Amino acid sequence: MSNPTPLLSVRNLKTYFDLDEGQVKAVDGVSFDVQPGQVVGIVGESGCGKSVTIKSVLRIIQPPGRLVEGEILFNPDNGGGQGPIDLAKFDPNSKQMRAIRGKDIALIPQEPMAAFSPVHTIGNQIMEAILLHQPVTKKEARQITIERLREVGVPSPQDRIDAYSWELSGGLRQRAMIAMALACNPKLLIADEPTTAIDVTTQAQILNLLRNLQQQHNTAIIFITHDLGVIAQIADYVVVMYLGRVMETGPVDDIFHAPQHPYTRALLESIPTIQSAPREPLPTIAGSIPHPFNRPPGCPFFPRCPDFIPDTCNAQTPTLQPINQRQSASCFLYHDEAEEN
Amino acid sequence: MTTQPSAKSIPPLTERDDDQHAVGGGLSGFDASAEAIYVAPNWKLVWWRFRKHRLAVFSGVVTLIIVTIALVPGFFSTQPPEQIDSLRTFIPPQRIHFFGPDGFGPYVYDITGQRNPTTLMMEWVPDESKPIPLGFFVRGYDYEILGLIPTNIHLIGVSDPAIISPVHFLGTDRLGRDQWSRLMYGTQVSLSIGLVAVILSIFLGVLLGGISGYFGGWIDMIIQRLIELLQSLPPIPIWMALTAAMPRDWTVEQVYFAITIILSLIGWTTMGREVRGRFLALREEDFVTAAELIGCSKPRIIFRHMVPTFMSHIIAASTLAIPVMIINETFLSFLGLGLRPPAISWGVLLQEAQNLQSVATAPWLLLPGLAVVITVLALNILGDGLRDAADPYS
Amino acid sequence: MLQYIIKRLLLLPFLLFIFSVIAFALIQAPPGDFVTSYIAELAAGGSAVEQAQIDALREQYGLDQPMTVQYVKWITRILQGDLGVSLDWKKPNAELIGERLALTLLLGLFTFIFTWAVAIPIGIYSATHQYSALDYFFTIFNYFGIATPTFMTALVVMWLAFKYFGVSVTGLFSPEYIDAPWSWAKFMDLLSHIWFPMVILGLDGTARLARVMRANLLDELKKPYMEMARAKGMSEWRLVMKYPVRLALNPLISTIGWYLPLLFSGSVIVATVLNLPTIGPLLLRALITQDMFLAGIIILIYCGLAIIGTLISDILLAWIDPRIRMEES
Repeated sequence: MSNPTPLLSVRNLKTYFDLDEGQVKAVDGVSFDVQPGQVVGIVGESGCGKSVTIKSVLRIIQPPGRLVEGEILFNPDNGGGQGPIDLAKFDPNSKQMRAIRGKDIALIPQEPMAAFSPVHTIGNQIMEAILLHQPVTKKEARQITIERLREVGVPSPQDRIDAYSWELSGGLRQRAMIAMALACNPKLLIADEPTTAIDVTTQAQILNLLRNLQQQHNTAIIFITHDLGVIAQIADYVVVMYLGRVMETGPVDDIFHAPQHPYTRALLESIPTIQSAPREPLPTIAGSIPHPFNRPPGCPFFPRCPDFIPDTCNAQTPTLQPINQRQSASCFLYHDEAEEN
Repeated sequence: MTTQPSAKSIPPLTERDDDQHAVGGGLSGFDASAEAIYVAPNWKLVWWRFRKHRLAVFSGVVTLIIVTIALVPGFFSTQPPEQIDSLRTFIPPQRIHFFGPDGFGPYVYDITGQRNPTTLMMEWVPDESKPIPLGFFVRGYDYEILGLIPTNIHLIGVSDPAIISPVHFLGTDRLGRDQWSRLMYGTQVSLSIGLVAVILSIFLGVLLGGISGYFGGWIDMIIQRLIELLQSLPPIPIWMALTAAMPRDWTVEQVYFAITIILSLIGWTTMGREVRGRFLALREEDFVTAAELIGCSKPRIIFRHMVPTFMSHIIAASTLAIPVMIINETFLSFLGLGLRPPAISWGVLLQEAQNLQSVATAPWLLLPGLAVVITVLALNILGDGLRDAADPYS
Repeated sequence: MLQYIIKRLLLLPFLLFIFSVIAFALIQAPPGDFVTSYIAELAAGGSAVEQAQIDALREQYGLDQPMTVQYVKWITRILQGDLGVSLDWKKPNAELIGERLALTLLLGLFTFIFTWAVAIPIGIYSATHQYSALDYFFTIFNYFGIATPTFMTALVVMWLAFKYFGVSVTGLFSPEYIDAPWSWAKFMDLLSHIWFPMVILGLDGTARLARVMRANLLDELKKPYMEMARAKGMSEWRLVMKYPVRLALNPLISTIGWYLPLLFSGSVIVATVLNLPTIGPLLLRALITQDMFLAGIIILIYCGLAIIGTLISDILLAWIDPRIRMEES
């Protein structure tokens, strides 16, 4: 928050799904910033709204989901020129939004197998990303594609460009995906659990690759995962989410060494470490994530919280407030400000 | 666990570890009602899902009514279906009036015929001075329920025994036979042909498809090639040739069964493919491996563990196969190659409307076609509903 | 790819052999041989047949010899291009079939094109506008299309046209062109008549195809590659056309294999009702009058068309779907 012009600034984002059974507030007032060249890790359990958050940023939420309110301030020129633009104001399928999607903000999806069409070559799909945003010929696009594939470590890219996704190994497929995301030199790369679907050794390679590319191009990355180990390896800054809300934010070292929010602490305690006593049951977070249709009133974490304050936590919803120089948390342990409604 | 695979081997709600499905995935925090879903047997899950599909439930009710008609056509008829009356040919349908001068009480007007002096055709007009009161559960001609219980009670008919004029809700044909009654009896034949042909198809399909899918190897090879060969045959000419080859002197019953066999000869292949696919997928499932490991015999694994898991699919698939069979029987009989009079089926009835001339003279002869459409529609929607409900895991 | 096609082509003679055996078995199925029924028919018509003629017929077809010999004789004659003579029509079979076959193919192809041209856009619209008013309309239309036997539609439309417009919509030609030699005018006359049987014949297939297309496309629209393509900044329309529509079409291609032959043979019923000069009604009459050699040839032709249909769909599928291409070669 020290930098006055973040690359991306999400303010009070709300995305709801209107289902037959009722409304699901998948993202309910999320705020965070991404500085140029920074790697921000969003971490949380399944169903906490991580993916919906970044899909909202990309404006690719499909009905019955809809972006209800909030600002998505994007500043590709780094303060110069036109200043920040609010992506939330665009029509999701408008020309302006499409010009940003894939060019300035690119996505690396979770399952590279399913994210490639099986009947088009990977080259066709990467070239498409280039041709959509850059005034180049097909031939030039092909050259750029081969170059990108080489850059992400795909061996003999001039042959692989004509391969189909199902002809590649899981690791290569994810590399091709990264090449596609990087095709137009985006300012911001959004990686949605990119290493979940691949085995651990390949996972490490992919993480290294992303780290290297990020440093070369000075690309900012939003990295989504439920794996705290991955966050420790790659992120500079961490956003902890629970049930559609941000619980705590802070630099990666502070989050890991001095977690403030009871939820963050509980999460960290449930990771096995080399120091853990053998044959001891691992601490788990009591209870389970509430059903999205019956969210608890007040702080969403209170039913499972060890530091639950009666009549406060279950009555009011805390806001995200700075608690020290670097970290912020939404918890009544540190402040007593609640949301007005 | 292994003794009740249908209920517990696969959890009804699959928890998925990706929050792309944030909405559905959130169901993992299940409450009491979700708990009930977990322990419900398969058929109950299917029923719960099916109930939600209103149109399918309605179609189910329509199907039940049609099945009831097929079971006791005599009860719904007003006249013996073969009764010929050469003086009362081509009578148009008589409209039923529900409210008379003294309130509710259905009646029809009697009809009088005049011969058109130029065309020499009989022209029938309702005679408004002669209302014929209708009643429910009236006594009429004798028939037998399911060929067992003799009775003469009919759902609807002329309530005053003194009136001898018959009523024709759907008019009469060129021989003066009552089309309504013939339609009722036709329902029995057409529906049961579809059902018997499908049962035969299921038997062949489950048997051969199951063998093919479970044993694999060269047995699978041969059965698969056979299915491919049968499926690449053009069915309509083959059916036509087979039915045309039936000896002319066969009895109605012989022709009936021959047709069901002919129809299921090609019909089983679809079912066979479906069953084989299911078997192939299920063979890899953990509960089958588990059953194998504790030493279950092969037939036990197949019938106790595997078949129950795709029973609902078979029921849905057969519901969808019946209308196909009904339409096939109808067109064969319509072309004069299927059932032959005195048998009555919808196809035989429609044969009366085979050319423009007869349709122009008596458009109501097309009405049995409406019965085909309604039945096929109901069975298709019901089958779709069942198929969707049969997949509680999707 | 080439290898794949050659593999399919090598299978052809084998399939044709099996189908010819089936066709032969079918024409042998009726009790008694056809000469007997021929004589019976002639006798019923009041004309006597000379014994010499009967013997000549029996000799020609080898009716006194074992089945296998009869089959070999039969298939050899067909392979030599001799399709025999229709005993019912007293004309060479080739002459009877020739023009009718062309019209059958033409009607089948027209219907096929009509079906795809109507059903695919309906399917795409319905899937991309799920639960919209038009989607409901199409869904209902599809249910009725599938539930109504084609001959019913033909009869009803025929009757309505006759009742309200006084026109008879039967046949493929205006009366003055029926026996006329082929000319440009006759062809145009054909085109002005063929649309009606085409629509009637295609309704059921259109309904089925639209339903399958809708269901396939709905499945594809949920796939993660859709999200990826959106994230690339593609416009919705372009991306729907490029990815999901393309993938949803794949399973439909494989339906060509049975749908095309079904159109050729399925026209039997509509053709009978509408009195069309195709080979369908010819087969029906041949079967009823036990003119079994004519029936056998027509069945063989239908089988041949079925094989061609399957071949076309296999080749198209391999061409459009790289996964199948890879698997097969």
